Amino acid sequence: MLIGVDVGGTNTDAVLMDGATLLAKAKCPTSGDVTSGVVAALEKVLPNDSGQSIEGVMLGTTHFTNALLEQKGLAPTAVVRLALPATQLLPPLVDWPDDLKSAIGGFTYMASGGHEFDGREISSLDYTELKKIALDMRKNGVEAIAMSGVFSPVDPTHERQAGAFFQREMPHAQITLSNENGRMGILERENAATLNACLGKVGENSIRAIKQAMESLGLTAPLYLSQNDGTLMDEGFAARFPVFAIASGPTNSMRGAAYLSGLTDCIVVDVGGTTTDVGALTNGFPREASLAVNIAGVRTNFRMPDVVSIALGGGSIVNPEPLVIGPESVGFRLEEQALVFGGNTLTATDIAVAGGLAQVGDPTLVSEVDSSLRRRSLEEIQRRVETVVDQVKLSPDPVPIVLVGGGSLLVGESMTGADQVLRPDHGDVANAIGAAIAQVGGQVEKVFSLEDIGRGEALASIRSEAIGRAVAAGAEPTSVEVVELDEIPLTYLPGNVTLIRAKAVGDLGILNSG
Amino acid sequence: MWTATEEHLESISIGAGILGTGGGGNPYIGQLRARQALREHGPVTVLDPEDLDAGSQVVCVGGIGAPTVGIEKVRDRQAYHALRAIEDFTGKKATALISNEIGGSNSLEPLIPAAMAGLPVVDADGMGRAFPEFQMKTFFVHGVSYCPMAISDEKGNTVVIPNAINAKWAERLARAATIQMGCVACYAIAPMSAEQVKRTSVLHTLSLARNMGDAVKMARKNQQNPVEAILKVHHGRILFNGKVVDVERRTVGGFARGSMAIDGMDAYRNHRMDIEFQNENLIARQDGQPVCTVPDLICLVETERGEPITTELLRYGFRVTILGFPAPSLWTCPEGLAVVGPRAFGYDLEYTPIEV
Repeated sequence: MLIGVDVGGTNTDAVLMDGATLLAKAKCPTSGDVTSGVVAALEKVLPNDSGQSIEGVMLGTTHFTNALLEQKGLAPTAVVRLALPATQLLPPLVDWPDDLKSAIGGFTYMASGGHEFDGREISSLDYTELKKIALDMRKNGVEAIAMSGVFSPVDPTHERQAGAFFQREMPHAQITLSNENGRMGILERENAATLNACLGKVGENSIRAIKQAMESLGLTAPLYLSQNDGTLMDEGFAARFPVFAIASGPTNSMRGAAYLSGLTDCIVVDVGGTTTDVGALTNGFPREASLAVNIAGVRTNFRMPDVVSIALGGGSIVNPEPLVIGPESVGFRLEEQALVFGGNTLTATDIAVAGGLAQVGDPTLVSEVDSSLRRRSLEEIQRRVETVVDQVKLSPDPVPIVLVGGGSLLVGESMTGADQVLRPDHGDVANAIGAAIAQVGGQVEKVFSLEDIGRGEALASIRSEAIGRAVAAGAEPTSVEVVELDEIPLTYLPGNVTLIRAKAVGDLGILNSG
Repeated sequence: MWTATEEHLESISIGAGILGTGGGGNPYIGQLRARQALREHGPVTVLDPEDLDAGSQVVCVGGIGAPTVGIEKVRDRQAYHALRAIEDFTGKKATALISNEIGGSNSLEPLIPAAMAGLPVVDADGMGRAFPEFQMKTFFVHGVSYCPMAISDEKGNTVVIPNAINAKWAERLARAATIQMGCVACYAIAPMSAEQVKRTSVLHTLSLARNMGDAVKMARKNQQNPVEAILKVHHGRILFNGKVVDVERRTVGGFARGSMAIDGMDAYRNHRMDIEFQNENLIARQDGQPVCTVPDLICLVETERGEPITTELLRYGFRVTILGFPAPSLWTCPEGLAVVGPRAFGYDLEYTPIEV
């Protein structure tokens, strides 16, 4: 049996799953320290044998985003870019918010190294230069280091060699190499590596706290964290790469919706209290955003689901004349402020109750909401959700739509652009289910000159590297398959230079052996 | 005359994104680089071409290379070195710089060497929009020489091409050098007199881009229609309004060619527009009939926010308004059309000026 937990902004949800069967579910308020909310949710779903039969706990959490937003527990961090003499105009951390930059110390260095697009060195590593940087970092009390190198996804040797050098000079420093988070775009990749480096201690501490809490409940099963792309990482990997867990909520919710509905290709509409998130699933995984993603004001190239959010949910405030729904929401104060709970704010939930779509609070308190307002409001909600669904779709063909989340009753079942609308049972804990059922994966992105090595060899090499990364992340080797393979020809370049991206996923090792 | 500061960069980027007719690439890094140069070296004077005095020497600077490489090996300050090389070669100091195009990050490139050298930039450019190929500049069409040309990398290497027999050769030699330099370089070309600038460049385009960007930002702030705001700043019209329903792309000879289909909404319901592009939008057809052809400008903006949409970012579902603007007369003359008319891009189609 598995336990899935999703720590959201308002609620911490947990589910107990035996294979495909949901045995128990719980919703608890998210606590300030996160851990006690997780413990409360775990306690509610633990089977009678106090955890002996649990094979794994899968956790999706907002820990790390909160640490960045609150700037708590972040390590004094240095960024070392291997690139000289290139890229000097835009030094590391160039577009960071000032407060976050000072919260992590903001020590930046540029040194010789890095590669051209075709693998030539821009310049060789200079260990005298690196030695001076190490001295200065020690003087500044640096505890974490992010290494970036120009074209390190093509050739990571400089990052690795310089990283190993700093590790010898500063044995206690936590070092993140930018090539390990993959993508092209040095500023965004370097930012992601820096966020990861500064979160190092938070990652280790929070994982340790959750492990201790699990042990106090008698849970000795391994802990896994959900990543932004819908796959899992084991606790050792998560402690090294907390940044990969930074926004797993929407992904978990979409994956859970797919699981509950039995669909692998569909549009998921998650209607929460304040926002509605809409995303597309392809082969059971969320489609990834092609644009840069901002985390705590920092531009990154994380593997994030392409989710469109609108400020519309069960707590959205309804202004009757002229009719405006949201963006203001009563949020977590729904049970004090909504009319059906005796408050004096007209919310989308009140409209749902007045229209007989939902049974919460006291329906007599909304009996004076007139039927024309009710109808116009529901039409407006439907129109806005349909518009977002249409933005998320990749083709004009009708697609299945899966509705989940507490506010999903606001959306009617005949939707433009849908060939069917499903509202699966347990949609209120789709996110925790998504965490529980996650697989493990590996992703690589590299530039090849197909004139030099040939397309077949390039594809074979990138496939095997993606599979290797999935296995390293804990996948059962025989179950791993390549689920995405993209080729992007680079314009203006001779030699048929092509960027190839591959992603492999497989079942978690323990599930098959257990 | 005005002074370009950090505060203007976003507006110029939005405006240049619209005038870029779908090309110009990701503006983020270009904007960040210009901001950094202005922070380090101070603001730059933007000079009205009418105010250039007789002894002026105006040099065109820009970036050359693969945009996909430029996000990794971010372009440095090498336009400054290319500029100095042209000065050494001609034995004449530059008195001002000029952009080669008013689309994407190239419209901001001259600000970097200008800030470093303490020179003004001229409020004009060599396209009045964006175009995919090197020879497609009004300067060249109207008699300014391609050479000398200087190309510099970030390491200190510079290549000077004193002569090329035609634009194709100039392009070929420049590209060979650029690839050796790691596919991210800057060039300085076409030293011009005041008379040449006034006669061969598209005038006041930096101001136009800035005003367009300001108008869009103001409209967003006041919750007004950004499309109407754009049309108040520049003479043109709405060609179509609808939703992107299909995008097809292929890479041909190093360029992103393709087409998109847009289903009409509101006043254009039950109509369809097809647009063909080669990095930039070239031909717009409504229900099969051409309504706007290159070199006239076919500009896509997101209907609600007025945000320019580049061809790379296009995909199903975008709500877009398509704007058409007349091309400058430097392009619509026979010499101009020979280089950038529909036939120059392989279409068996006459150029018909857009009706506004």
